[in-house]
Amino acid sequence: MRGFLLRRLAALVPVLIGVSVVIFLLMHLAPGDVTTTLLGPQATEADRVALRRTLGLDQPVPAQYARWVARIAEGDLGTSVATSRPVAALIVPRFLNTALLAAASLALAMAIGYGAGLLAALRPRSVLDRVLTGVTLLFGSTPPFWLGLVLVLFFALRLRWLPVSGMTDMAGEGGVLDVARHLVLPTVTTALGPAAIITRLVRSSVLEAIGRPHVRVARAKGLGRGALLRRHVILNALPPIMTITGLQLGYLLGGALFSEVVFAWPGLGSLLYDSITARDTPVVQATTLLIALLFVLVNVLVDLVNAALDPRLKES
Amino acid sequence: MDGSDIVLEVKDLVTTVKMGGHEVRLVDRVSFTLRRGRTTAIVGESGSGKTMTALSLLRLLEPPVRVAGGTVRYLGRDLLALTERQMAEVRGARIAMVFQDPLASLNPVLRIGFQIAETLRAHRKMTRAEAERRAVELLRHVGVPDADARAMDYPHHFSGGMRQRVLIASAISCGPEVIIADEPTTALDVTVQAKILHLLDDLRQEAEASLLLITHDLGVVAAMADDVAVMYAGRVIEQADVDTLFHAPRHPYTRALLACAINLEDDRNTALEPIAGAPPDPRRRPSGCPFHPRCPDAIPDCRRIDPPLEAVSAQQSVACIVAQRAMADA
Amino acid sequence: MVPPDTAHAGVGEGERSDGVGAPAIPPASGRRWRIAAFARDRAAFAAALFLVLVAGAALLAPLLSPYDPAAADNLLRYAPPGTAGHLLGTDAQGRDMLSRLLWGGRVSLVVGIVPVMVASATGLALGLLAGTAGGWTDQVIMRLLDVVFAFPMVLLAIAIAGVLRPGVWTEVISITVVLIPYVGRLARTATLLVASMPFIEAARAAGATRTALLLRYVTPGVLPPLLVYATTLVGLMIVVGSGLSFLGLGVQPPASDWGAMVSEGRIVLRRAPHATVLPGIVIVAVSLAFSFLGDGLRDALDPRSRRR
Repeated sequence: MRGFLLRRLAALVPVLIGVSVVIFLLMHLAPGDVTTTLLGPQATEADRVALRRTLGLDQPVPAQYARWVARIAEGDLGTSVATSRPVAALIVPRFLNTALLAAASLALAMAIGYGAGLLAALRPRSVLDRVLTGVTLLFGSTPPFWLGLVLVLFFALRLRWLPVSGMTDMAGEGGVLDVARHLVLPTVTTALGPAAIITRLVRSSVLEAIGRPHVRVARAKGLGRGALLRRHVILNALPPIMTITGLQLGYLLGGALFSEVVFAWPGLGSLLYDSITARDTPVVQATTLLIALLFVLVNVLVDLVNAALDPRLKES
Repeated sequence: MDGSDIVLEVKDLVTTVKMGGHEVRLVDRVSFTLRRGRTTAIVGESGSGKTMTALSLLRLLEPPVRVAGGTVRYLGRDLLALTERQMAEVRGARIAMVFQDPLASLNPVLRIGFQIAETLRAHRKMTRAEAERRAVELLRHVGVPDADARAMDYPHHFSGGMRQRVLIASAISCGPEVIIADEPTTALDVTVQAKILHLLDDLRQEAEASLLLITHDLGVVAAMADDVAVMYAGRVIEQADVDTLFHAPRHPYTRALLACAINLEDDRNTALEPIAGAPPDPRRRPSGCPFHPRCPDAIPDCRRIDPPLEAVSAQQSVACIVAQRAMADA
Repeated sequence: MVPPDTAHAGVGEGERSDGVGAPAIPPASGRRWRIAAFARDRAAFAAALFLVLVAGAALLAPLLSPYDPAAADNLLRYAPPGTAGHLLGTDAQGRDMLSRLLWGGRVSLVVGIVPVMVASATGLALGLLAGTAGGWTDQVIMRLLDVVFAFPMVLLAIAIAGVLRPGVWTEVISITVVLIPYVGRLARTATLLVASMPFIEAARAAGATRTALLLRYVTPGVLPPLLVYATTLVGLMIVVGSGLSFLGLGVQPPASDWGAMVSEGRIVLRRAPHATVLPGIVIVAVSLAFSFLGDGLRDALDPRSRRR
């Protein structure tokens, strides 16, 4: 298992280098001049040159990249151009808020997806199966930002059950209950898409596992329905389910962006969106890098879980 | 035939699949018996319904395939009338089954020892540790070398023959009275086929169990079986003890099968397909005798009369009007 | 937002997708099975018809629109659907909703379809190259794609669109870039699958050249799953594209598409909910129709998949 982990981590190195290059180049190639953003259109050319030198923008691109990577390795994520605050200080509270929303959404998506997927697979082609498949398709085609607005329309504006926005953070005046009330609509908005994907995959994986010959053999052993389902169907169906769940978590870390924007949730996604609009390059770079890193790590974690579940994966 | 030593008695078993709104018979009024300590073979080409018969006995079919009629008496109790829970108590404990493809039959994500122990834990009051210890003993018993270590391995670490030994160990774990073996050597290398068959035969004798052997291989039948039922198009068309069947086959189909097998052994250049044509599609069975379109001895009546399986002697029954009339005349 | 799942196209995939083949469940009983197949084909047919209507309406927007989509009528703002002269009402500036939906459809459909077409062509070329060349070429291509896979798809599209100047073509470019790896990987898997089939060996033995093998034998085998996948992707990309427009990274005012309309309506959600709700319903309906069309195509091209 340790060998597998090391191999998996070694394979990450080129990917992470590639990721950092992509993020760096993306920002570097962006049209628009940072000096204009910082100094305003009226600044003199001399001031601009001076600023470029302070920012290191007068150096060749590879040198700039090396400097950027070296500083990140030291834990220095730079300074926000828009707010003049250290990027790290901006990101940390935002990350915690996103983590809360992502965790709640993933939990909801898993509860719906695993339950509905299993139900559908155990009664294939039944009315229940058809209804679940239809609902799944519908939610899979629904834009989250629109869903969020529709939910706001009904539950916040019409029924006045839940707040529209205004989430500050967990240490805010309202306490835990207030956070929970603010969490409901963004969570539902974020979770329904992933829930649909998980449902569809759980259904097909379980169906596929049920059809394998060893299930019949296990029945011939005289196993009860519970043991049969647990050990010979669900256990075998788990690896692809774990993979898709991990992917959803990855998407949620960034994909909560739309909910965050709609509900003014102070998370990473809305931070990224705000800094894109403000052309705040250091913040965009750091946020994107963090999300990509988390995404990659979640995938490694899923691979480890799967290797533990299916010994054949460890050896390939 | 003394009625008291009958372990399994199958009577008029009908298994159907629902296709295009019709119930199509895959197993058609099949009857046979299995006696204590003896081996009965069911022979036939693929698609003749022999595997479906085996699965029907243990009620392992899934919709749209189902048992539509008949009785399966195990020591006098009709298995078809049991609840699913009662049936689970019979499966693996009283009647065990060994399947054709040993790789697909094992769960790839569970350890070998666990998969054997699982059968024991389903039927005996055993802790997991006790059951796994017993699993190692069973592995050793079926000839898996280094059984202690191998019990902790996964199926993909085993060769085909070793996997089949594992499945046999699991099948005999609870001391069943009946072992059903469905083409147990078809998926294996020729070199290990004989070893597996010997193992099965030894274990059967040792446990005084009965073996129901499903095969298409007449060589295997000759080596292993006491009684034989020949199936064609879902029907048993001839039934006899093994000597009678090989020396005095009555049904034209049985004769053709035997001729084919003998030809193969004598000279590979002659008559590789002595029976012209193919077995009928279960959806479009011919009228009368299902074999008549391919039968060299067919008479006009064969197209009309669906011959029942009738005893022509104490040891032999046959479903062929030509053979029945010839025996009656003699 | 929904990531594309490649298994949907019927080709088993690597670590990233769900990697599930057709389940070996017994076929359902005859009549019900046929009804299911028929119903599904009907759904695909209805979806195709609906999409032709939508595309036709968008194409003919200049002729069909009752009003100039940008013409504001200050006296008739927030008019609900059913108002005389404005079938679907007006928005916060008194612009006719129906006209805006028709014109917006032109942008939304372009943003949904063009990136998928470009990415499919590029991805097909990359996949064929990686799948048939093998060795270093394969390794390099796949590692490069892995880099893009390290980002959540929609987020990368937002980042790319964010650094470029907002606009329709920015949207098209960013979606195309993030799609290429997905199509590329599917095309490679399909290529390997087709290339391993016996008839390829036979063609090679019969003296077919490498190019002939690739064009005449391999490519035709790769196209069907790719077509199914691309159709499903269009549905997803209409949602993704509307998301970019919603964030203001796509089409710029006064022009609009369905996603931007949702965003415009948002400010007056309480006063004129239809300004938000209607464009969303159109997005869902069109995206859903592409899904049904994709499912129907898959069934038509691979009868085994019907058992699903």
